[in-house]
Amino acid sequence: MEFFIISMLNGLSYGLLLFMLSSGLTLIFSMMGVLNFAHASFYMLGAYVGYTISRYVGFWPALVLAPLVVGALGALFERVFLRKVHKFGHVPELLITFGLSYVILELVQLIWGRIALEFRPPEVLQGPAFTLINHSINGLSMLWGAAPAEMCSAADAAVRVVCSPFPATRGFMMLVALVMLLGVWLLLTRTRVGLVIQSALTHPDAVEALGHNVPRIFMLVFGAGTALAGLAGVIGGSTFLTEPAMAATVGSVIFVVVVVGGMGSLSGAFLASVLIGVIQTFAIAFDFSLATMAQQIGLPLSEAARNNTVVKLTLSQVAPILPYLFLVLILIFRPKGLLGTREG
Amino acid sequence: MSNNTRSKRFNTGRWLIWGLFSLTLAVAPILFSGGLALTVLSQMGIAIIACLSYNMLLGQGGMLSFGHAVYTGLGSFVAIHALNSVSGGSLPIPVSAVPLVGGLAGMGFAVLFGYVTTRKAGTTFAMITLGLGELVFAMSLMVPEFFGGEGGVSGNRVTGSPFMGITYGPAIQVYYLIAVYTFIAVVAMFAFTGTPLGRMLNAVRDNPERVEFVGYNTQRVRYTSFIIAGFFAGISGGLAALNFEIVTAEVVHAARSGAYLLFTFLGGATFFFGPIIGAILMVLAFVLFSEFTQAWLLYLGLIFLFMVMYAPGGIASLIMMNLRVAMFGKLRGLALNYLALAVTGLIALTGIAAMIEMTYHLQLSASQGPDIAFMGLKLNTTGFDTWIGAAAVLAIGFVLFEMARRRFAQKWEAIQVFIEKQVNKEDAQ
Repeated sequence: MEFFIISMLNGLSYGLLLFMLSSGLTLIFSMMGVLNFAHASFYMLGAYVGYTISRYVGFWPALVLAPLVVGALGALFERVFLRKVHKFGHVPELLITFGLSYVILELVQLIWGRIALEFRPPEVLQGPAFTLINHSINGLSMLWGAAPAEMCSAADAAVRVVCSPFPATRGFMMLVALVMLLGVWLLLTRTRVGLVIQSALTHPDAVEALGHNVPRIFMLVFGAGTALAGLAGVIGGSTFLTEPAMAATVGSVIFVVVVVGGMGSLSGAFLASVLIGVIQTFAIAFDFSLATMAQQIGLPLSEAARNNTVVKLTLSQVAPILPYLFLVLILIFRPKGLLGTREG
Repeated sequence: MSNNTRSKRFNTGRWLIWGLFSLTLAVAPILFSGGLALTVLSQMGIAIIACLSYNMLLGQGGMLSFGHAVYTGLGSFVAIHALNSVSGGSLPIPVSAVPLVGGLAGMGFAVLFGYVTTRKAGTTFAMITLGLGELVFAMSLMVPEFFGGEGGVSGNRVTGSPFMGITYGPAIQVYYLIAVYTFIAVVAMFAFTGTPLGRMLNAVRDNPERVEFVGYNTQRVRYTSFIIAGFFAGISGGLAALNFEIVTAEVVHAARSGAYLLFTFLGGATFFFGPIIGAILMVLAFVLFSEFTQAWLLYLGLIFLFMVMYAPGGIASLIMMNLRVAMFGKLRGLALNYLALAVTGLIALTGIAAMIEMTYHLQLSASQGPDIAFMGLKLNTTGFDTWIGAAAVLAIGFVLFEMARRRFAQKWEAIQVFIEKQVNKEDAQ
């Protein structure tokens, strides 16, 4: 039970991190029709900028400043490069962000080096947020913070006690993602700015005729989207690893999320992020293969079959490809994506 | 681009170009002799097939694929297994036919994966190919029987009885095998652009909605072309397997797919011969440029950014535009401007390159002392003056370049207007 809860929470927090990234990507895509290939690169940039700022002024200011810096860089990129190729069509737009991903990766390696950095979260977030204690007699109980050692071990050998801590950074990740989700939603639906953005989405000409500067709105949306990626980067970088490969590891997964959720659908992106986060986290935790399954249902296997690679593969080994398999299945059975509306 | 009258009369220019192309392939190893030159030339042949097959998707079909290495790479793997079967005696085909096995494998995988990817076009297609590429790469680490794990699969191309003295032992024999395959593949792919399917593919790229109205199934057109592109990609992979005699998982990696995209675009996706230029550049960049500087990927990314912004047709389009100007006898007037652009551009480039190289040195090899050799100069990477100097060179170069560029742009515009007028006048007559 406690395994299920902890894995679920881990999966949810990973899914929410994915959502922080895919929401920005979806926002930019649905507004400008541009698929920002460099989105994960901005995520990585957020982690590195956050690392540098946190060394001077601490983690909490960095959490605010780094996304602003990354957002400003994103807006600058939109203004200088992306706007120029807008007239050529969508493929050159995608290509220029593809080129940018190369440049950012090289620049990051140039400035911060090729090895992983030690980007630690602040004291408050180190250690567990709460601990689940499964006592074979007293049942399941929860304790905020770390559990003292004596509670996790029983004097009596017959009593089994298992402590499962949940890391505070993961909890913080969920908190920030939810606050951000709420913030973006309120901004888009409850404010004047949000109204203008929403209308610029569907009727750019009409909005322009009313006197709004649509290219500037686009620039701000691009900046905001990359700032969200930067925010995710500060949190992701301090929770996981801050290294040059971090963009590549998360990059292809968020593209899967966007396609699975349905291109341009924010709620679809949310659903798909959480689904993929949970599926991947659970898959990693299981040491389950076709061989063990055959054993459990009592199917005798020959020696050759037992040594077959496919049969021997455990679920945790397959975990990295699950998002892509999911993508293929969705495309075959529901080409629009989970909550998508447009075909093609 | 080609027009539909080409099969009706004997086209001297075309025969001349193909003749020159085959002649180049034949004499290249004589002109550039030496071990390194031969490997570079062999790799160029392989890359030309790969980039042209990629351009069948990008340039002719408007399909931006991020996973083309899947087809070249899996072609390589199947080809090396085929080669090992030939060595083991279980597959009775000559070694020369092994690349064809790779081609069939690439085709087979394109039939399988293309069914999913070509259901969509545009941006979604791009992302699905990216996902499939990641899928195949992740699989390559999970199934060591087929992919050989981290060490890869190796083979030996010197096998079977020699045919007319050809054993494929010496690299020159492999080069000529690659050259023959390259020539046939290039001719076949050029012929493809003229077939009804090739023409429909262009139509699907330009206006899919209208193609649907005419009664064609756009998905079917994309799918069929994707399979053909997969076949040629597989041939390229099979040749690579024969050439290197080892295939590792990195041939299906996303970086390889990215390189195909980058260089096909740099060469020029809008012209048939563009990817050939791109492929040659790709091999030069990977083999020579990467030896020359550690920062080559950065330079490559920057060049790519500027190409997308200012010359979306790639190098091929630049050549064609200047040819057009030359045909109207105006190129000579631009010579001075080109010279000015080149000189000022070089100054700016020197400044920025010095700064990039110094930063790389500080970051990666600072332990080897503060000095680096840069274009015959010794630069002290920790010295304040060298940085100021490099920045000054960059600033001066940039300002001069901008001035030269403005003057050039004015002149260029005037020439284009002139040509436009001339063409209109001819049409009116």
